[in-house]
Amino acid sequence: MKGFVAVYLRELLIIWHRLPRMLLSFSVSPTLYLVAFGFGLGKELQVGGRPYLEFLIPGLIAASSMTQGFGINVEINVARFYLKVFEEFQAAPISNLAYVLGEILSGVTRALLSVGVILLITSLAGVHFFYGPGFWAGVILNAFIFASLGVTSAMIIKSHADQALVTNFIITPMAFLGGTFFPIENMPAPVQLLLKALPLTHAARLIRQAAYGEGLRWGSLALLVLLAALGLLLAYHSVDRAKD
Amino acid sequence: MDAVRVENLVKEYGPIKALRGISFRIAPQILFAFLGPNGAGKTTTIRILSGLTRPTAGRAFFFDVDVFGEPVKAKRLAGLVPQTINLDLELTLYENLLIHGLLFGLSQREIRRRAEELLTFADLLPRKNHKVRTLSGGMRRRLLIIRALLHQPKILFLDEPTVGLDPHIRRRLWGLIKRIQQRGTTIFLTTHYIEEAEFLADRVAFIDRGQIVIEDTPKALIARLGEFAVDVVKEEGLETKYFRNREEAEKFALELSGQSQTITIRRVNLEDAFVYFTGRKV
Repeated sequence: MKGFVAVYLRELLIIWHRLPRMLLSFSVSPTLYLVAFGFGLGKELQVGGRPYLEFLIPGLIAASSMTQGFGINVEINVARFYLKVFEEFQAAPISNLAYVLGEILSGVTRALLSVGVILLITSLAGVHFFYGPGFWAGVILNAFIFASLGVTSAMIIKSHADQALVTNFIITPMAFLGGTFFPIENMPAPVQLLLKALPLTHAARLIRQAAYGEGLRWGSLALLVLLAALGLLLAYHSVDRAKD
Repeated sequence: MDAVRVENLVKEYGPIKALRGISFRIAPQILFAFLGPNGAGKTTTIRILSGLTRPTAGRAFFFDVDVFGEPVKAKRLAGLVPQTINLDLELTLYENLLIHGLLFGLSQREIRRRAEELLTFADLLPRKNHKVRTLSGGMRRRLLIIRALLHQPKILFLDEPTVGLDPHIRRRLWGLIKRIQQRGTTIFLTTHYIEEAEFLADRVAFIDRGQIVIEDTPKALIARLGEFAVDVVKEEGLETKYFRNREEAEKFALELSGQSQTITIRRVNLEDAFVYFTGRKV
């Protein structure tokens, strides 16, 4: 238990020391998307009988919780390849589970901070949603899944440069295609099938429906819980691969 | 009971044999040094014993605890000071110690008490709440060493602890290492600085190309060659002859004095022993 606390506390202290810079950087992308797509392009648009801005914001929340959760891989890479702090964890009498949970939860924490920034910008823009358990379950599960994948990829890759490939080929396309900026129902049927298989699509739907106050999407919730458990399992087994 | 017992340790990276079945024992509370050139297998040995690298074959025990069979138990007995400074630069000195203490299961109260004590021991207490980024190289090394001592390990692994430091700071660290040993800690040190091994070590093992060539006390290793050496500078290079006493060395030097050669008589040192037994310079 103390091993988990140590790993998580280390990440929290790093967040604490960088908090102003971090919050500022979290606010850049959502602000740009809101200005460009929400207020600019989407001012006159309606999706499902609602203003496009109301469709866009839950999507941005899902995408942001994904990218910030997955972003823990950058911190792990820096700790592993540059600071070599990862060796301190390897030499410590802690279990792989303690290490993995500590890193995943720090990914979730970063994701929650980024979502907090979006909600602040949203409220300033005069848009209001329902923030019930369904909404937070979607955010946290989505961040958990992608933080697990972030830990896994950070353990498997052999250099810092390899990490950019994973982000460019998996995370960035998913951020655009996972029901963030447009309803996937607008796409041709075979593409829809593909997009429905993405975890982000289910997270965006769950978050959006809860934010509209239309209740829980139980199917998406169950799938995200399952994927979170799978992600944890993957991350757990990846830790030993980092040993040479 | 040995503090460290290693049996036939092998490490292969594909076709490269980093360790070719090394075995050694370290008695409690002594300082044991691995002396060898770069690539000899020193760091690989420490990485395997600290749980950072998987061995290809072999066994190791810390006070009879199976290092590979019971890694969590074994890790509690050991402290590691790696060659690369792996501190969190953005965190303060105390925060670095706090994280280490929690990793090793200490209570916050215990960590606070031990951190104060160790920061005082290493003359770093005034910098306790400064970020590590602001410390000099020597200070970072001292912090690295006391961090490894926080959980009171019975065995301390020091991997090239003074590499890259200027002679003044190096000697200060030697003093710190000696004081740690005097407190009852068994120390396993790797170095390629001959004078470091000669000054610090109770026992030295020469390691070369993944094999231990010879192991003994520094005095005994030197004594195997003799007490005095005569260096003769020839056109084809330096040639050294070893003698049991000064008289024999002087007699040999006198015989050569008619020839136009530069001759030096000096005491035999550990470097002579290393070159003699391995046939290589460190």
